[in-house]
Amino acid sequence: MAEDIDRYLRQDKLPHIWCPGCGHGTIMANMLRGFARSGLDQDKTVVVSGIGCSGRASGYLDFDTLHVTHGRALTFATGIKMANPELTVVVVTGDGDGAAIGGNHLIHACRRNIDIKVVLFNNSIYGMTAGQFSPMTPTGATATTAPYGNIDQNFDLCELTRSAGATFVARGAAQHPRQLIKIFQEGFAHRGLTFIEAITQCPVNYGRRNKLGGARDMLNWQKEHIINQKKYESLSAEERQDKTPSGILYQDEREEYTEKYEKIIATARGSEN
Amino acid sequence: MVAKKGRVKVARPDWCKTCGICIEVCPVEVLELGKDRIQIIYLENCVGCENCELSCPDFVLKVVNEDEE
Repeated sequence: MAEDIDRYLRQDKLPHIWCPGCGHGTIMANMLRGFARSGLDQDKTVVVSGIGCSGRASGYLDFDTLHVTHGRALTFATGIKMANPELTVVVVTGDGDGAAIGGNHLIHACRRNIDIKVVLFNNSIYGMTAGQFSPMTPTGATATTAPYGNIDQNFDLCELTRSAGATFVARGAAQHPRQLIKIFQEGFAHRGLTFIEAITQCPVNYGRRNKLGGARDMLNWQKEHIINQKKYESLSAEERQDKTPSGILYQDEREEYTEKYEKIIATARGSEN
Repeated sequence: MVAKKGRVKVARPDWCKTCGICIEVCPVEVLELGKDRIQIIYLENCVGCENCELSCPDFVLKVVNEDEE
């Protein structure tokens, strides 16, 4: 049986306001299943979210939660973790919130390798504000602010966070819930900056405008284009062109930021005596 | 698909937004879209694979043991 997620949800705040067919609910549910498997304490976990569709998640989750200003979820989370390193701190952010306005915070959090679990819901668009392009909108796609096609190059956030210093980098998609659960389970267990990009479908403000069909069609697109890393590596450069690898892409051990900071405190106290 | 003991149940009918994702991921024929919510039409076909439960964005469907149906 799948893990029971009811105990992690604020039942009185549901049903959620995400659009019919939006993948955010799928990602959130499987994040909770991964959390359940990781064995972490619900009462010692804080969820921080920013602004946007993804930001709504903190309101539905029965943890200690904080819904903060646009793009700044990581800064609040850093404060929480520094003040109380015992807590598990999860940041729920979106591609607009985390990669655009909060992009700078993202790379610096990675650089520090602070023990925060960053879950980035990537729906390729600013969904809540009716479809402006984000740094994750693919080149050529249409948005309300790019009616003739987006000329910007989108980020590869997994490569970005990895090179910035994150020690756990993974990518999953709403189409592959079992893989997502595994990614979340291992990501929550990792100590250090954990970055999980969860690709989700926005049928209303991205799919419809780009003639990708409804939620079901968009999920079938994910099935074809988001493939397991092992399979991806076996493909030729040409075959890889329209494919994106998924799974745990990178994992490493490096000293965590709050541990280093504890040592600084100890050193400073020692020099006072 | 590994057949398990459980079968699907519409646990939260009021939360359904009729997106139809559950029908897409179901390997057999169990579900059908009703007017404003999902309906189980051929429960006997259900193999308990949990695809619908894991994919439902609105936490509507649950696979439960037969004695909980």
